[in-house]
Amino acid sequence: MTDKSEKPKEIMFAQACNMALAKAMADDPKVILLGEDIADEQGGGVFKVTLGLSEKFGTDRVRSTPISEQAIVGAAVGSAMVGYKPVAEIMLMNFITVAMDQIVNHAAKLRFMSGGQTTVPLTIRTTTGAGTGLGGQHSDMLEAWLAHVPGLKVVAASNPADAYGLLYSSIMDPNPVIFIENTPGYFVKGPAPAPDHVVPLGKASVPREGTDITLIGYGSSISRCHGAADNLAKDGISCEIVDLRTIAPFDEETVLKSVAKTRAAVVVHEAVRNFGVGAEISSRIHEELFSELKAPVGRVGSGYAPVPFSPAIEKAWMFNQDDVEREVHKILG
Amino acid sequence: MANTDMADKDVLIDIFTRADLIMQSDIKFRQMIGAGQLQIVYYPVRGQEVVSSAMMAAVNKEDYLVTIYRGLHDQLAKGIPSKDLWAEFAGKMAGTCKGKGGPMHITHPETGVMVTTGIVGSGIPIANGLALASQLDKDGKVTVCCFGDGATNIGAFHEGLNMAQVWKLPVIFLCQNNLYSEHTPMSFATSSDSIKQRGEGLGLRSVQVNGNDASAMYAAAKEAVEYARAGHGPTLIEAMTFRFHGHLLGDTSHYIPKEEMEQAKKDDPMPILRQQLLDIQVSEADIAAIEAKNAAIIEEASQFALDAPYPPGDEYRIDVLDVEIAA
Repeated sequence: MTDKSEKPKEIMFAQACNMALAKAMADDPKVILLGEDIADEQGGGVFKVTLGLSEKFGTDRVRSTPISEQAIVGAAVGSAMVGYKPVAEIMLMNFITVAMDQIVNHAAKLRFMSGGQTTVPLTIRTTTGAGTGLGGQHSDMLEAWLAHVPGLKVVAASNPADAYGLLYSSIMDPNPVIFIENTPGYFVKGPAPAPDHVVPLGKASVPREGTDITLIGYGSSISRCHGAADNLAKDGISCEIVDLRTIAPFDEETVLKSVAKTRAAVVVHEAVRNFGVGAEISSRIHEELFSELKAPVGRVGSGYAPVPFSPAIEKAWMFNQDDVEREVHKILG
Repeated sequence: MANTDMADKDVLIDIFTRADLIMQSDIKFRQMIGAGQLQIVYYPVRGQEVVSSAMMAAVNKEDYLVTIYRGLHDQLAKGIPSKDLWAEFAGKMAGTCKGKGGPMHITHPETGVMVTTGIVGSGIPIANGLALASQLDKDGKVTVCCFGDGATNIGAFHEGLNMAQVWKLPVIFLCQNNLYSEHTPMSFATSSDSIKQRGEGLGLRSVQVNGNDASAMYAAAKEAVEYARAGHGPTLIEAMTFRFHGHLLGDTSHYIPKEEMEQAKKDDPMPILRQQLLDIQVSEADIAAIEAKNAAIIEEASQFALDAPYPPGDEYRIDVLDVEIAA
């Protein structure tokens, strides 16, 4: 037993990902990593997420690659088909656009198009997120594109322990998984997970229980939901928070159960609001619970524009905690 | 292109047997589509039979193949049973992919046919992944990756060949250069004089060969396979060939100059290979027996494909993910 006076051990999000990769590689010799600058000689990854892994597991299994996203994902697809569990790092989510053919036409479809004869158990780790002035081509949230493709799973963790448990599950999953990390969130700390901590894919969590309204989010939006819930509590509004953890396929059961109880909901994400994940979730709630809702489901997302560079514009464009609070007040009247 | 000695008699008979099956299958497909018995988009392979047959004669069943939508010749040469292939072309449950892939997406791991892609150039990065697995497993397998000259104008070609060379992967990039990418002649859309030059530019061992010459093509294939198995890395083979029925069935080939087509037909690799067999004392009766056996295989396979049942509609919910999708 840990001494109760001792502060629980905390780790950063990036560390949690590193630990999950190390555990998966230790558990299964077929887990290999591919990506730009990921080996220690090249710095252990631009965000140091793979630091120390090539030293521990060798450069055969932790391979720095040319700047060739199609070739990186292709190598992952091919090796996955014949027994490997490759984890490809596409440094930033915007670079996924360059590899979309491999992801959409091949990784997602080969199981189906082969009648189940071949499978593609790969994981693509990628990071993104606005708020740090990286501008229009290094910050986009493109999860809705990927969630729309049958055959892909899409995962986003909101805290280090979940990142550890979800990344491990993603690597071991027999389907192709896109694991979305959050660049500004890499340095956020949270309680360290137990070494055997696993979070199953497809299961949402309810990190805060409440009775008046459900805030549904994933990844970077969860911290905003918590902040909003704290403030709203001062006004006497009790928020429940559902952290999807797996965006596709999402845990309808947990979402619907929560909204059936609170009879009101807001979906919150950093991605552009138009045609976003929030539209699908909101739609499903309306389809199942329309007559029980106090008001239509609300959506909070970022503005309909590329991510702006200037901090003044970026701030105005980006979703934030105030938007969540405003939306809740609007819904609950 | 270097002159090569004639391949061994057994090898030439093997190549002819595969090539004749391809030629007869292509003819039969075109007949059946023309007669309305099959409703598919078909990319004819007539004229390119010898390239694949010689290549696949140089590898084993366990070696991998990644090919493209114009892939019937590669798939048959690699050894997919005709019945399974025909049934897939017809969209039947007994097909290689339960009717869910179709002609452009044939997969048959039992014979090493891992991917058939409908996206030009896309197979190249995937072939690297298969070869990477072989390299890590030290299983001695090679991966053959087929594509056309048009694919060398897409980014995946350059990314893929570069990575294969950097990692010395056991892969053979077989560019079947039929001089046309869809309706566009190579001279119009390709900046280099040859595909071999592009391979050399990327640092690969690169050769150009008359792909329609069974002995020359086999020698080039064998050398590339040995090079890859020895751990030296990839080879780009530019195999010169021609397709007689355009990009897809129904294409009138109006964009091909008459004289070019006439010359290509004079150089048809199939009668040439047949004559070569006669020249090395394979009897007319033996050749006829091979042809008759192939005809019987195709007759049985095509009838099987027509008679076999379609998959149930609900099959769309299976194989999307590892678990069935709810109705």
